[in-house]
Amino acid sequence: MIEVKNLTRYFGQKPAIQDITFNVEKGEVLGFLGPNAAGKTTTMRILTCFIPATSGTAKVAGFDVFEQSMDVRKHIGYLPENPPLYLEMTVESYLKFVGKIKGVDSKNMKKQVDKVMDLANIENVRSTIIGKLSKGYRQRVGLAQALVHDPEVLILDEPTAGLDPKQIIDVRKLIKNLGGERTVILSTHILPEASQTCSRIVIINEGRVVAEDSPENLMRRLQGNEKIYVEVAGPEEAVANELQGLDSVASVAREKETNGKIAFIVESIPNRDIRAELAKTIVQKGWGLFEMRPIGMSLEDVFLRLTTKEEEVLYS
Amino acid sequence: MRNYFAITNRELKSYFVSPIAYVVIALFVLITAIFFYLIISNFVQLSFRYTMQAQYYRMAPPKLNVNSMAIRPLLHNISLFALFWLPLLTMRLFAEEKKSGTIELLFTSPVKTIQMVLAKFTASSILFAVMLVLTFFYIISLFFFGNPELGPILSGYLGLLLIGMSYIAFGLFFSSITDNQIIAAVATFAFILFFWAIGWMSGFVSPGAGAFLEKLSLINHFDDFAKGVIDSGNVIYYLSFTFFGIFLTYISLESKKWRL
Repeated sequence: MIEVKNLTRYFGQKPAIQDITFNVEKGEVLGFLGPNAAGKTTTMRILTCFIPATSGTAKVAGFDVFEQSMDVRKHIGYLPENPPLYLEMTVESYLKFVGKIKGVDSKNMKKQVDKVMDLANIENVRSTIIGKLSKGYRQRVGLAQALVHDPEVLILDEPTAGLDPKQIIDVRKLIKNLGGERTVILSTHILPEASQTCSRIVIINEGRVVAEDSPENLMRRLQGNEKIYVEVAGPEEAVANELQGLDSVASVAREKETNGKIAFIVESIPNRDIRAELAKTIVQKGWGLFEMRPIGMSLEDVFLRLTTKEEEVLYS
Repeated sequence: MRNYFAITNRELKSYFVSPIAYVVIALFVLITAIFFYLIISNFVQLSFRYTMQAQYYRMAPPKLNVNSMAIRPLLHNISLFALFWLPLLTMRLFAEEKKSGTIELLFTSPVKTIQMVLAKFTASSILFAVMLVLTFFYIISLFFFGNPELGPILSGYLGLLLIGMSYIAFGLFFSSITDNQIIAAVATFAFILFFWAIGWMSGFVSPGAGAFLEKLSLINHFDDFAKGVIDSGNVIYYLSFTFFGIFLTYISLESKKWRL
């Protein structure tokens, strides 16, 4: 649905994004994750035909964003970082205006406007002037605006910014439900948001894609050397030495001791599940095995590792 | 076409839901009313004096022409007020959208740049036409007390509309190159004023260049309209001025989408 190839954009001498390449399949929700000023907004602006790329190509719904910009625009719903609202209009007249310039039939207009107001949960403010709405409502009017012409592709730049926790949950749910029939790209710098709503994540830093995968795979990949938490009843030194002696164990660290049970964090060498081996060794030695579980790495860790220039580790 | 009407409509409404339009129109009408009053009073005083003098010398009372002595100066005044007022109406057209971010909505919608530019131009021109129509009523009141010629009045108003459209086109342009409304207004004002006064330089340059500068001047082309002459050259001058402003606006917006 969306094909981005070697996209590069310079602002003066400074590259905002460099060589960005990724694809989004129909019905996918893609998370665009990166710290501020990573190039998320620039990429989205190119995809929505707001600014041109310096080089590279991007296709949305089969149309080139540079050559066939009018066709692309018909298929895209876009919520910029600052919702593009005319503050002097009422919610309903604003949505009708957007519907008109997005090409919604006058026959379907009322139906569409009612539908998106219902989706974004803003029916109760339909005749309120937008300038009088709170930030949360404005954000949702912005979302309704992006949906009014039933676009196949939705591009949302930080859609939950400025919302309160309950609204954030609602919007995330809404976005998740939109996937499937629509293709969605959303940018965020909030990790749980990406892992909760997206089926795939592209991590971008300093204008370059540093990783691209499903949230689960991203974590797994980073866990390359997996950490296991084990609780053993036995002589501390002997247990540690024994575990350290295993071929696939990279390191053993003593965590704490409670009631004679000693907790260790055992780190494996990359891409090896050592749990069976650990259990076998401990039991064979006649020690008590009380608990064993892998310690996952949250996306937050993934993100930090990726964006603190440890991607060399990832790709080595 | 649909997009054009949608945007024109929205622009007009946004003038009228905020106090902008009301304040701008009301004060414009008020100021023209004051000048109208002054000019007419002056005219009435003059005609009294001349009539008295004629009686004293036992001559027929002179016929003073209300068209050339009152209406023509008034039309000139209005063309000058428009120079002050219109930059304030046009300054927001693109600058405000840039500042608030709504420009992202317009430029990511399937709307052609030219539709946007023409729609905004039309909306401001309609507002200006409304202002002119309101001032027209004073002049109509003259028909109750005298018999002015209608022709020069109508041609004068055509001239006002054309000169106003030239201002608006360049107001639109200066609004499209900045996101600061004050800068847009000041730049428009300075630009129009320069072309207004450019004819005055004609006395200080070679005759050829002087004639050229006079042809370039915005106000020199207006006098014929105020006299009741619709000269195609003057019409073409204002229309090309307008067209040029719209063209520059289009280029300045469209260039954002060029690959450099």
